[in-house]
Amino acid sequence: MEQKQQNSKTIQNEGTSNGVKGMTIIVKTISSWVKVLIFLFGIYIILFGHLTPGGGFAGGVILASSYVLLMLAFGRELAEENLSLPVASKLDCVGALLFAGVALCGLLFGTASFFWNFIHQKYLTGTEYEFNLVSAGTIPLSNIAIGLKVGASLFLVVLALSIFRPDTPNGQKE
Amino acid sequence: MLYALCFLLFMIGLYCAVVKKNMVKIVIGILVMEYAVNLFLIMLGYRSGGVAPIVDKSQMDLGTGQIAADFLSSSVDPLPQALVLTAIVISLGSLALMISLCIRTYEKYGTFDITQIRRLKG
Amino acid sequence: MAVFYILLLFIIIAAIIAVETDNLLSSVICVGAIGFGGSLMFLFLRAPDIAITQIVVEVLGLIILIRATISRDRTFISGDREFFGVVVSVVIIFVILLAGMTVFQTLPKFGEPAFSNAPEAASQTYISEGMQKTGAANIVASVILDFRAYDTLGEATVLFTSIIGATVILRKKSKKLLENPDQ
Repeated sequence: MEQKQQNSKTIQNEGTSNGVKGMTIIVKTISSWVKVLIFLFGIYIILFGHLTPGGGFAGGVILASSYVLLMLAFGRELAEENLSLPVASKLDCVGALLFAGVALCGLLFGTASFFWNFIHQKYLTGTEYEFNLVSAGTIPLSNIAIGLKVGASLFLVVLALSIFRPDTPNGQKE
Repeated sequence: MLYALCFLLFMIGLYCAVVKKNMVKIVIGILVMEYAVNLFLIMLGYRSGGVAPIVDKSQMDLGTGQIAADFLSSSVDPLPQALVLTAIVISLGSLALMISLCIRTYEKYGTFDITQIRRLKG
Repeated sequence: MAVFYILLLFIIIAAIIAVETDNLLSSVICVGAIGFGGSLMFLFLRAPDIAITQIVVEVLGLIILIRATISRDRTFISGDREFFGVVVSVVIIFVILLAGMTVFQTLPKFGEPAFSNAPEAASQTYISEGMQKTGAANIVASVILDFRAYDTLGEATVLFTSIIGATVILRKKSKKLLENPDQ
């Protein structure tokens, strides 16, 4: 706890508008409220992707941008404590495997093929399930998997770009 | 005439990617070409006075599952939109790859100029 | 229809400024303006999914581009390549532009969809039977995740590969390599 306080004091004293070290106190206060709203908005767009415009891709990019806001306002070290590089890459892989798993489940049923919408065709069919949140079979599950994958990937690449410390052209560290 | 303006945007991006010497300018030229192609594909599917392809409760007969005929004849084409949606996210991934190559080359050679990179040896 | 012309002219002027200016930071900001104009154009072309995706992707792309240009002090590069090469490239691009304009006369007019007027076209099937077969109210979501899910699998693979490539390129050198620098 004291380490974190010391860390934040040095972040505050370092500079005003340098991208890696964090920003002024107005930006920090506002962004600590706004990033939670952005995260919630991203989850809403992913979950209701089969009823309103949006879907997995747009929601995943919004999730990534809430973490990028955290990184820009507070500096790279705080964002790495929140979601570090190995954890982000594992979340990426989990999203891709979940998408492939939903697709493979279609093969378990008799004459079906890869990517068969088994929930809508066999189990929850009927018109009383239309226009609700629980409808359209495997489409919400695929949306969640794609959103997780795209969000984790894009945050991973922005974090890798900002971890990269520039060396001088002769190969020595600065 | 609108298709011609879109093609002009594509040619501006091609000119920038071929003629300029700065590496980041070449990346910007490729990005402008991708925007132009996405815009052209969506413009191909537009219907005058159309509506977005999202079904409302009033347009569907809940008993039989039939879509109302005026929605069928007045909605825009959903197929190009589905193809462009993935293309936009892929362009972000390839932009990240190109910029990481540019940053690595800058660290090794000290400049963004591509004619200088040919003349330095290691 | 006038709003399409105004937005396209705004996009073309921003593209010309982005290509011709010498300052890298202002050309990156003009790329942001192109993306914003494109998102407005998608909204007027009745494609709300694409408009949402385009504007958030353009914001993240701006952050990545600025990260590459803001701390490099030697980014001012003057002049173009040699004069003869530039003239040949401009002449060829102009010839392609004229040829393209002749080809575009053969397409259907703007406002009539080019692919979905035939009665057994794929789009007519997706609109009329999409709600019944998949149960999703958003027809574009049912196309990318149920009727054409293979394309989404391919897109996930391409995104995965390019992100792995970018992360591997930006890896730090290990301590062993720093002791014998490769010259």
